[in-house]
Amino acid sequence: MDSNRDWDSQPPYIHEDYKSTVLRGPTKPLMPIPEGLSELTGPVYGHEAVGELDSDLTRNARVNGEPLGERIIVAGRVVDENDRPLPNTLVEVWQCNAAGRYVHEADQHDAPLDPNFLGAGRCVTDENGRYEFRSIKPGAYPWRNHHNAWRPNHIHLSLFGHSFVSRLVTQMYFPGDPLFPFDPIFNGVPEGARERMISTFDIELTEPEFALGYNFDIVLRGPKATPMED
Amino acid sequence: MKRGQTPSQTVGPFFAYGLVPEQYNYPFKSLAGGELAGDTTEGQRIRILGHVYDGAGDLIPDAIIEIWQANAHGRYNHPADDRKDNLLDPEFKGFGRVGTGTTDDNRFVFDTIKPGSVDGRQAPHLNVIVLMRGMLLHAYTRIYFSDEEDMNAADPVLGSVPEDRRDTLIAKRDVEMPGTVYRFDIHMQGDRETVFFDV
Ligand SMILES: [Fe+3]
Repeated sequence: MDSNRDWDSQPPYIHEDYKSTVLRGPTKPLMPIPEGLSELTGPVYGHEAVGELDSDLTRNARVNGEPLGERIIVAGRVVDENDRPLPNTLVEVWQCNAAGRYVHEADQHDAPLDPNFLGAGRCVTDENGRYEFRSIKPGAYPWRNHHNAWRPNHIHLSLFGHSFVSRLVTQMYFPGDPLFPFDPIFNGVPEGARERMISTFDIELTEPEFALGYNFDIVLRGPKATPMED
Repeated sequence: MKRGQTPSQTVGPFFAYGLVPEQYNYPFKSLAGGELAGDTTEGQRIRILGHVYDGAGDLIPDAIIEIWQANAHGRYNHPADDRKDNLLDPEFKGFGRVGTGTTDDNRFVFDTIKPGSVDGRQAPHLNVIVLMRGMLLHAYTRIYFSDEEDMNAADPVLGSVPEDRRDTLIAKRDVEMPGTVYRFDIHMQGDRETVFFDV
């Protein structure tokens, strides 16, 4: 069926290896809808939405010292499918700490919390679509999907883009992770598109004596090329 | 150069302190919550109450619901809506988000205003994004209102939905509750599966 979604890039709603999808993903066909103002507009959050330390997760929750773990700098461009930059776009970020533990009531993983690390932040793209934040490299953590299930190291990212259709929540991974072949969330994405979620180590972005740099571009869907008008 | 879309991944179970931290009492500022209308917002105050159910009929405690809506004049607070006839209410952003994990019954609540018709033809509606642990990709739906019968009957999107499923998109006015309250439950699967759109 002709769809507005790019199913060669996007995962299906039901992916049986990821067990929770079986009772949660919609099962009936998606209903077509014309692109109107409701779809071509969306929430606008620019630089005014971001506080001074919001983009530095190594500093925004310090209590009595520095967070533990490997400092990282994550940067890249937010663009559309034609590689046009999307300026003034909010990027929201959350992740576990270096030990693989989230500051979340529901996280029962027996790994230490870090009193100086929360793991939440946000930043906004500049006029060239560029964003950057600083953090600690997140650890791997276990989950209960199947026997000996571990999530590869990842950072959660949420973007609105410039309209309701470009909404994206994704996860950024790190190069060479040995857990990729075993992770049903990563592998829920069609083959050929998965590697777009893996950041690349960038020596130019790496700061001497301070932090490793990872580059991660984010490509958002735009409105359809030919608008469906009646 | 054509570039492939970045694939979607699940929001996971731990979205609260990244996306709705204040609702869950985490020490980080929320950009949006369940209260969309301020003291000066124009329009009729309404409350939307709902639950999210999985295919076994169980409540989903780790979903996040986002709404995007026009103001009382049917205008979106976004540069792509530059129509002069529909007045802007600059203080009204039109975006809200709520997680289902902070009440005993895993409820979501939005306090907002009823949107105007966007173009005089479409019925008033809220645009909805549903995200949760257990979904690799968000789902789009809409909320229409049970007391807008005439406009609903003429709405082109509602009209394109099979009649026996239309009801899943209509929030029901609850006259037992004080104020203007609507109930809107989201069923991910089953006989009453909510209509999700191919946005
Ligand atoms: Fe995670």
